[in-house]
Amino acid sequence: MKQKTLFTGKILILFTALICLLAISMFLSVTFGAKHVDLRSVLAAFKIGSGDPYEVSVVSARVPRTAFGIIAGAALALSGALMQALTRNPIADPSILGVNTGASFFVVCGISFLHISTNSQYIWLAFIGASLTAVCVYGLASIGGGGATAIKLALAGAAASTALQSLVNTVMLPNNQVMDSFRFWQTGNIGGATWSDIISLAPFLIIGFICCIFLAPSLNALALGDDVATGLGLNVKLIRLVSAFAGVLLCASTTALAGPIGFIGLMIPHFVRLITGPDMRLVLPLSALGGAGLLVFADVLGRVLGSPSELEVGIVTALLGAPVFVFIVRKVKVSAL
Amino acid sequence: MTDQVLSVKAGYKKRNLHYALICMVLALLTLSLMCFELIYGKTVYTPAQIINAIKDTTGKAEGYFTIVTLRLPRTIIGALAGIAFGMAGNTFQKLLRNPLASPDIIGVTSGASVAAVFGILILGLSGSIVSIMAVVSGIIVACVLFFLSKGRGFSNGRLILIGIGAQAFLNGLISWMLLKASEYDVPTALRWLSGSLNGVKIEGAGLLAVVVICCSVCILLLTRHLQVLRLGDDFAVTLGAAPNMVRIALILLALLLTAFATSISGPIASVAFLSGPIADRLTGGGKDNMLSSAFVGSILVLAADIAGQYAFSVRYPVGVITGILGAPYLLYLLLRMNKKG
Repeated sequence: MKQKTLFTGKILILFTALICLLAISMFLSVTFGAKHVDLRSVLAAFKIGSGDPYEVSVVSARVPRTAFGIIAGAALALSGALMQALTRNPIADPSILGVNTGASFFVVCGISFLHISTNSQYIWLAFIGASLTAVCVYGLASIGGGGATAIKLALAGAAASTALQSLVNTVMLPNNQVMDSFRFWQTGNIGGATWSDIISLAPFLIIGFICCIFLAPSLNALALGDDVATGLGLNVKLIRLVSAFAGVLLCASTTALAGPIGFIGLMIPHFVRLITGPDMRLVLPLSALGGAGLLVFADVLGRVLGSPSELEVGIVTALLGAPVFVFIVRKVKVSAL
Repeated sequence: MTDQVLSVKAGYKKRNLHYALICMVLALLTLSLMCFELIYGKTVYTPAQIINAIKDTTGKAEGYFTIVTLRLPRTIIGALAGIAFGMAGNTFQKLLRNPLASPDIIGVTSGASVAAVFGILILGLSGSIVSIMAVVSGIIVACVLFFLSKGRGFSNGRLILIGIGAQAFLNGLISWMLLKASEYDVPTALRWLSGSLNGVKIEGAGLLAVVVICCSVCILLLTRHLQVLRLGDDFAVTLGAAPNMVRIALILLALLLTAFATSISGPIASVAFLSGPIADRLTGGGKDNMLSSAFVGSILVLAADIAGQYAFSVRYPVGVITGILGAPYLLYLLLRMNKKG
């Protein structure tokens, strides 16, 4: 009984901490940047009191960026959590598996060869690219004895993303000598988001989020092994298919608008699991919260590190996330590698 | 002597001859690619014109600028960088007995690149100081990688995974520095992230040549010991080799090669990774293939550079082409490794 309350306490502390991280990041994200804005203008932008009209317009320009950061971070973290649960592998993450790069490759091809230009078309292409990459990488990793082990999965993912990255470079180079848009499809950036982008993305993400809500209990059962899960009355194949679909959908739709942002899906679920244990009903919502906070925070950090310009959020998450990846790899036993 | 010994000896001789022959062919191929790189271009020059221009000290010969300022440094540095990456990659792969353990996959090349970018773009340095910084940084990154992958028993798998992480981190650092230095244009970024020979200067070639020659001679001399090491440490000690000394010396030499080449041409993608296995294929794999992989590296860089310049409607830097070559081989390698289990 005492242990139970202790556990609940820990969860509450984590929850509060993540909410605080998100709130602070959101506040910094709207106030901080090339032009500093004070609290009064922020409130004025939300129709509370009045402030300097110029500062108010700066804030309202930053609001969609912040909102998109929250949604994208949550989606990426959820996608990572789903992939880790599905592959039973601590280093599965949309970027490590090359799924993000696959999505961005397809979008880049669509832009250059099919001349598409609307967000909804981007999302479909990104989804196709992400699914194909996910299937290929997982297939490549599960050939041979032992199934898809950590190292095989990571290597297959790394190989696939190197291959796709060089293809992205080749497609982008002739069409684009402008660094900003060239970099965009290499390392993601949430700077260009507008409200209409977010609205066009919304239905896909809502489907993904709803899938997550319904999947959580079944994923807990799946963690016990396929046999036990079947014994408990689950349709294992269906659960796997739906969670793969949700995981790919979430990261693909984010990538379609933000470019490939890495390591969020690796870091956040890992740290959440350290505290909550493997219960997906806790891991999923807390990961979403943490991912949102971290991505918005990384975006602010990018503005600090890159000032007077700004550093793409994808680079910041790589700088933050790669050490975590190394840390996780060091924890995995040699025999598992 | 029995017949058996004689036939073994004859086979040994035959294989040596075969190896020497392949090395000769590869060397000839390298030379002809170098000539092609000098001759071919927007204006095609005759060999006589090229020799005239190179001999000329006044700078007034026909095509002096194109040949001596543009094509010559590109050719020489391309060939030297290819030798450096090919040999260094092969050394790493043979020492760690894993084709995936080449310096460009485990992040050592990116480590050297970080220091080069820092020196050139942030501190505004040039010349040998940058190369030395790149070497030191490459060595530090290699040490950190080995240290990190050591905990509770060393494993190649862990080294490679940690290398992938390190690569992501170092590339992030490079992108950050590119932004900070306001050199945020596509060519510079591509040079430091995937390697390019565009705009290389002849000043870099002298030092690179000295380093490449010294290090490759040392590596070739140490190859004998490396072959003994393949039998296992116990055997090697009995046969009079000092396994750890040989390992450290070889890794240091390979790092010197990689770092010097990287500080001039950037980390030309996949050359270190591809050269060794291609050389193994050509010679049958019984040897250590140091010399042949050096030539293969050189051929790869020169051929990719020529293809990048003339084969497409757009000029691609060499690293983009070699990167495209490397990726499918990596996938194929994984497929084969996984099948074996």
